[in-house]
Amino acid sequence: MVAQIQAPRGRSGFGLAAAATAVVIVLILAPGYFGTYQIQLLIFGLIAAIAALGFNLLLGYTGLLSFGHSAYFGVGAYTVALAAEHLGPHSMEFYLLVGLPVVAVTSALFGYICVRHTQIFFGILTLAISQVIYSLALNLYWVTGGSDGMRVPRPALLFGALRFSGPSGFQQFITSYYYYVLAIFIVCVLLMWVIVHSPFGKALQGIRDNEVRARFLGLRIRRFRWIAFLVSGTFTGLAGILWVPLEGLTTPDVLYWTFSGEIVFTALLGGFRNFTGPIVGGIVYTYLKTYMVAHTSYWQLGLGVVLVTLVLVLPTGIVGAISLVGQRLRQRRSAA
Amino acid sequence: MAILTIQILNSLLYASVLFLIAAGLSLIFGVMRIVNLAHGSLYAVGAYVTAWLVGTGIAHGVPLGWLFLMLPCGALAVALLGIVIEPLLLRPFYTRAEEYQLLVTFGLLQILEDLMRLVWGGTPLSADTLMDALPIIKIGGLNYPTYDLLVIAIGIVAAVVLWAAIYHTRFGVMLRATSQDRRMASALGLNVGLVYVVAFGIGCFMAGLGGAIVVPTQAAVLGMGVDALVIAFVVVVIGGLGSLKGALVGAIIVSFVRTAGIQFFPELELAVLYVIAALVLLVRPTGLFGTA
Amino acid sequence: MILLKTIDLRKQFGETRACDGLNFIVHKGEFLSLVGSNGAGKTTLVNLISAHLQPDSGQILFEDRDITFATVTERIKAGIARSFQIVSLFDALSVFDNVALSVFSRDGKAVRMASLADRDEDVRRETLEVLGQFGLSSKAGVMAGGLAQGERKLLDVAVAYALRPRLLFLDEPTSGVSTHEKAQIMDTVSSVVRGGQVTAVVIEHDMDVVFRYSDRIVMMHEGAFLADGTPDEIRANKDVASILLGVPLTD
Repeated sequence: MVAQIQAPRGRSGFGLAAAATAVVIVLILAPGYFGTYQIQLLIFGLIAAIAALGFNLLLGYTGLLSFGHSAYFGVGAYTVALAAEHLGPHSMEFYLLVGLPVVAVTSALFGYICVRHTQIFFGILTLAISQVIYSLALNLYWVTGGSDGMRVPRPALLFGALRFSGPSGFQQFITSYYYYVLAIFIVCVLLMWVIVHSPFGKALQGIRDNEVRARFLGLRIRRFRWIAFLVSGTFTGLAGILWVPLEGLTTPDVLYWTFSGEIVFTALLGGFRNFTGPIVGGIVYTYLKTYMVAHTSYWQLGLGVVLVTLVLVLPTGIVGAISLVGQRLRQRRSAA
Repeated sequence: MAILTIQILNSLLYASVLFLIAAGLSLIFGVMRIVNLAHGSLYAVGAYVTAWLVGTGIAHGVPLGWLFLMLPCGALAVALLGIVIEPLLLRPFYTRAEEYQLLVTFGLLQILEDLMRLVWGGTPLSADTLMDALPIIKIGGLNYPTYDLLVIAIGIVAAVVLWAAIYHTRFGVMLRATSQDRRMASALGLNVGLVYVVAFGIGCFMAGLGGAIVVPTQAAVLGMGVDALVIAFVVVVIGGLGSLKGALVGAIIVSFVRTAGIQFFPELELAVLYVIAALVLLVRPTGLFGTA
Repeated sequence: MILLKTIDLRKQFGETRACDGLNFIVHKGEFLSLVGSNGAGKTTLVNLISAHLQPDSGQILFEDRDITFATVTERIKAGIARSFQIVSLFDALSVFDNVALSVFSRDGKAVRMASLADRDEDVRRETLEVLGQFGLSSKAGVMAGGLAQGERKLLDVAVAYALRPRLLFLDEPTSGVSTHEKAQIMDTVSSVVRGGQVTAVVIEHDMDVVFRYSDRIVMMHEGAFLADGTPDEIRANKDVASILLGVPLTD
């Protein structure tokens, strides 16, 4: 084992806060400098980051690799679509009010089934469950619209205070929705940060590293994993809820295993062994995929190649690579 | 009565194909402790390659008898693919955390699925000619293709051959030794790398053979790989990962349940299988005969 | 006062009788060494008492309560903890976090996700105290995976000790370290454990260490107890000498 340099907690904490503040400022100012299309893309990126953040609580911090996270994203999206069609107001707050409990319950239910197992079987079960949901969405067409999916009308924001219609309605919606999602994104990041630095977060990492020892500390392994699954699924479900009003439409594709693969990919791309990795991965991936889809219809192939290359060459992802380079530079400077 | 017989035969056919896929998966896991998420895609490749070979053969006027040889050829093609994949993509990960193995085989799945779309496009590729080449018999007044009996027969033969190979040949002993204790086997002078490649090749051959023999009965379509993967996993969950007997029993159970399910609840067919798998995992996590 | 008692405890692995009807007694406050050749059954006995394994038959009583079928969590709550022969730590967490996790778990605080772990003053204070006792204060921020072997062994014990058990099992706490470090480790462990009034059962192979630190020595051989007494009594025991020197037992 390579001896690790003592991590000066205080100093890195300050540095992290400074960097985070800078990023937030840039994000807040962005709409002033970029057009509607770019901002829309950025919103998708933030949503992907939220989904990846949730996913990585399970992978990076609990050591459980889920191949079925599309289920929670999709359930969030479809709940909003169904609520918009059958229930009441087309209000974003209403969507959240209805959607969040549904994704939470779904995650709790499936999590309960899945965390009884580890590694391979856990992965298989998560994949199987998401496929069941997918086939239900596809086949119960009289409820879900089948392969055509369901449309979701543009919601009002802030309890109806902001409504968007008319010729410039779309542009205004994008700008307002950007800030709306950005605010939620910041809250999610802070929330997740607290969670992984809480006693619960430490316990999860302990269970990840050494299940036997964790058990001999008196920790109830299954219960911790289940709670982690619940939180993870809810975050990813929230991303689905935020996504569908922007996309305007949800189809079964968002429940298919390939979408779960994309979520896995974002975490890996950014680096799943650290906190900011999934955030970076989510945003970078959104741009990467947009580029790829525009250039070839075989983007799945391209993604597969990138995934395999990443795992072979850069398993710590972008953020991991950056921190490695940073470490080398620091070592060289201190040696000079 | 006749309908029942045909239903049973249909189940056995499906079980035959499932067994080949699941046994391949179990073999690879048993020997190498790797779960190949691209295994279903290899089955699909087997189907596509065989259908393509048959189609090309017909276009070139190849006589019918020779066309049947395309079946093992398709399987061999997949085996060759496997022999290339193992040292390149899988070997670097044996000593690494399990997540990486799953990730890399998942990436492989994505690559293969899109490659199939790239090479053969979105239209289904069929090999009906082979099925039509064999006579149709009557069972209680209903038509039944003899080709289906051939599929069942191949499944049984494969099971027997595999069992004999693993338990009654020297190579089988090497396989079992390596699966039980890799380091020990290596210390005893066994070429573990060779054993791994061959085992992987055999597993891929079986998946490919499954695809090859099924494609005359149903055309090769995109997405068949992932569907097969998930069902194969259900089989392996029920039967137990790493067990040949488990693959056989699991395949039969899944297949019969599926046939019954399609009869009574067609929309929920998939869900029924997953429910069974979930139940088995709850009650007996290692499956009926598992070694995991 | 008897803290732990096993009644006719049995565990068999195939043909091997690892524990052959053992009636094991541990008195409160003593520092007991469990010795014997490899395969004698020492670790199996500890595994049975700590719920790592289930016995084939027999009973385990802790403070007169039957814990034979109690889960790991229940036994830890009752006051039994253990360290591991092959060091078992949370390598990706810091030394501080390794011990802190024990404290969080013990106090039932491990499920808290709405507060920062570092902000819990009580846990922080106690963790630093334990680290200080084990001489690991200067390494608090280092990742457990980066420690030297001797420090890892100490941390392994510290993590178990932080659970503040009444009965602590230590599985070969000095194995794999140099002679000099052995004394250091045992000095620390012994003084902390006695100072904390924790009853300790130590599996050890180094007889020097055993004789120097133990109140009582219990020797196992092929699943049964061969000798049981103070260091002086054991020194005088002919059978023990035979086992240690490899001379056949007198029948």
